[in-house]
Amino acid sequence: MDFTIAAFLIQDGLTSGAIYALLGLALVLVFSVTRVIFIPQGEFVAYGAMTLSLLDSGKFPATATLLLVFGVLAFLLDLWDNRARLNAPVLLRNVGLNLVLPGVIYTLALVLAPMQAGPFVKALLTIVIIAPMGLYIYRIAYKPLADASVLVLLIVSVGVHLAMMGLGLVFFGAEGLRARPLSTGSFSLGFLPISAQSLWIYGSTIAIIVGLYLFFEKTLLGKALRATAVNRLGARLVGVRTQLTGVTAFVLAATVGAISGILIGPITTIYYDTGFIIGLKGFVAAIIGGLASFPITAIAAIGVGIVESFTSFYASAFKEIIVFSLIIPVLIWLSITVSVHEDE
Amino acid sequence: MSSSRRFIPALVVLVLLAVLPQLPVPPFWITLLNNIGIASLVAIGLVLLTGVGGLTSFGQAAFCGFGAYTTAVLTTAYGFSPWMTLPLSLAVGALIALPLGLITVRLSGHFLPLGTLAWGIALYYLFGQIDLLGRHDGIAGIPPLSIGDYRFMSGSSIYYVIWTFVILTALAAQNLLDSRVGRAIRALRGGGQAPEAFGVNVARAKLTVFVLAGVTAALAGWLYAHMQRAINPTPFSISMGIEYLLMAVIGGAGYVWGAIFGASLVLVLKELLQRLLPDLIGTTANFEMIVFGALLVVILQFARDGLWPVVLRFFPSKSSHRIRGDAPALGKREAPSPGTPLIRVEKARKTFGGLVAVNDVSFEVKAGQIVGLIGPNGAGKSTTFDLITGMNSLSGGQILFEGKPLTGRSPRDIARQGVARTFQHPKILPGMSVLENVALGAHQRGTGGVLQSILRLERTEEAALMAEAMRQLERVGLAEFKDRPAGDLALGQVRILEIARALALDPVVLLLDEPAAGLRYGEKQELAALLKKLRGEGMSILLVEHDMSFVMGLVDHLVVLDFGTRIADGKPQEVRENPAVIAAYLGGTA
Repeated sequence: MDFTIAAFLIQDGLTSGAIYALLGLALVLVFSVTRVIFIPQGEFVAYGAMTLSLLDSGKFPATATLLLVFGVLAFLLDLWDNRARLNAPVLLRNVGLNLVLPGVIYTLALVLAPMQAGPFVKALLTIVIIAPMGLYIYRIAYKPLADASVLVLLIVSVGVHLAMMGLGLVFFGAEGLRARPLSTGSFSLGFLPISAQSLWIYGSTIAIIVGLYLFFEKTLLGKALRATAVNRLGARLVGVRTQLTGVTAFVLAATVGAISGILIGPITTIYYDTGFIIGLKGFVAAIIGGLASFPITAIAAIGVGIVESFTSFYASAFKEIIVFSLIIPVLIWLSITVSVHEDE
Repeated sequence: MSSSRRFIPALVVLVLLAVLPQLPVPPFWITLLNNIGIASLVAIGLVLLTGVGGLTSFGQAAFCGFGAYTTAVLTTAYGFSPWMTLPLSLAVGALIALPLGLITVRLSGHFLPLGTLAWGIALYYLFGQIDLLGRHDGIAGIPPLSIGDYRFMSGSSIYYVIWTFVILTALAAQNLLDSRVGRAIRALRGGGQAPEAFGVNVARAKLTVFVLAGVTAALAGWLYAHMQRAINPTPFSISMGIEYLLMAVIGGAGYVWGAIFGASLVLVLKELLQRLLPDLIGTTANFEMIVFGALLVVILQFARDGLWPVVLRFFPSKSSHRIRGDAPALGKREAPSPGTPLIRVEKARKTFGGLVAVNDVSFEVKAGQIVGLIGPNGAGKSTTFDLITGMNSLSGGQILFEGKPLTGRSPRDIARQGVARTFQHPKILPGMSVLENVALGAHQRGTGGVLQSILRLERTEEAALMAEAMRQLERVGLAEFKDRPAGDLALGQVRILEIARALALDPVVLLLDEPAAGLRYGEKQELAALLKKLRGEGMSILLVEHDMSFVMGLVDHLVVLDFGTRIADGKPQEVRENPAVIAAYLGGTA
């Protein structure tokens, strides 16, 4: 094998692997805290990338409208749930969280979109638009099912994925979009040119991993999330609000999804349905990590990225087939090493 | 199941189905009905898998693909006749399901759907890459089905073939559910522990239902190929797999006919949406996915058992199981003569890390005895119990049953030896009738398999199993509740139901885990009377309790544990006066 080609392929694999790692981590996070297998994670990636590229071309991002729609839905559901005790504080909280917050973000997008602000302002705006979607998706789809089995929650996830993908089609259309990189230019490391965008990807991935680590180790909310993951009932008995930890997990996942979209948007063309496949590659990594281990998931994701880049060079037609078949040996391995029969 | 007000509507639907193509209906309707029939086949398999077995798959469309491509290749390239490829298509469906099933049955329930999701995508791409399968263009020129010189070319002729298969498959599924194998599959939803404890091979039951779902999907694919006479990878994609799941979810938990209802609803809705939505939104695209996605979420939030039960409410039926008087008796174990040692626990030890939960405990249960294992909370009673039943493995010492060591045996194997148990937190199947719950206990006394059940060749054995279940219900005094859903019973009755289920195993010894916990005084009295009656009939019983007064008047022998160690062993009277026991219970220093 030619060393130069190998170096290129490894770099390419690392870049996409880093993105898969972010998604895989978000999936493990959501699953361990809420038992939800979050198939729609990939939709946040598509939404993030689409939002950024619309902002790039000075257009108003349709996701802001979508956020407003989600907010109104959540508002109505909260209103219905609290119909028996409609006092001022409850109503105020509902209006603030579900109407004012998306309203403010919508206005912000309206003002900022035509201004052609710098790339970081756009990236930040993208995150601000996408992150609260985690909150509303949780409220609309999952909160009424907090006691359901993993299987039911998984099927619900597929429903949410379908709906979000369809909405993406309505709001963005069927054409692909590509965002502008955060910073252009590249430098060479020996013979290997490295683009600034891939440095952003590596840097952000590491920053997010460190950030998540600090969040889980050092903050009370982070510890509450870990407690919920270890034992839901136990966490509730010692005063952890598992609703709150659930919401937090979803908002974190949406944030990570949006960031992944911002990072990947400039390096591939994103269609309304691209997110699904990207998210599923994060899943392959998360499954290798047994849907439980953060470090194994991150390492596996890098592996998935590298396998993908090598197969796309040597057998590009079979790229997806090989990547998705990776989980078969993993399932065999898990099946052999599993010690006790787990009961749900 | 005998249905009173359901017979007429069912007949009407059947007649309508039969005459419809002869009426002047637009051919478009017939095509839609053909598609519904084919989707129903996939959905029936999924209802068995998801609604009944509590497992699921997103990859059923890929299984369809295997059925379709198998016949397409064999008929176009190798000149097979379509009917000859039918068994081959089904076999390929089973062969593809088998390995994926084998590697996921031992894992938590969500690994199967995730595996099928990833595999479904990989296989879809694979179909589009293989030259033999015509890559993305697929295979054209597939011959139609034919009988003699008659060729099923038109939509209204293959209609009859499709719907014959649908009705036969639904009947087969119905037969299967109402059998020994079917009960084991239905027990899967309650978690794996309980069915294993009365002898059901949980992994095999999971595998059976997954393979069956694969086979029905392959059948659908085979029919599809001969209806369209040209195939390409598109109908076998993951999004179709998700649509099939939606049909099964609408059909609901455990209703075979609901699958057909679900398929009809989804496909009619899809047709409507594809016509209406473009006018509303102004473009043509697959907007129905928004509606389908939202529908999945809403149904699971508000009608987790699907929409079919809602329909059934308009046609109430009273089901009652007839017990055949002439049913042959099941084979019985020879009862050991009173006084022979049955269970010997010898220096049993269990440690969890540094914690010694059971510390070299020894005792014995003899035939015809009721032995009580008592002690305060945390004494190690339940752990000892788990060691005997194989739920937990020994760290040291050994446990003998009729002189043979139980060490290393699975709960299922131990049950087969004649050790039947109940659970501290009763594990019954609330949706199943009381009688069927008890029949589950007799699972391993029967041998009927999948094919026999589908063809109803095991009816004599089934009658014997049901008669045995009825006998045990009469024995414990629950006969009047036999047709009620087990979930309707009060806690005291549920515990007695668990005893009846254990008795249906034809056990040598009964192990009862805190049978009196949570019972009212009167219920405890009844339970004690029942246990005395069983002893009178020669049954040996080991029970774990912490209620001293309940055991005192009941047991022949008491073993007292405290902090994992045996502190007393003897007749109830002696034990009661033992200072160590008084100290353990009252907390004084002896």
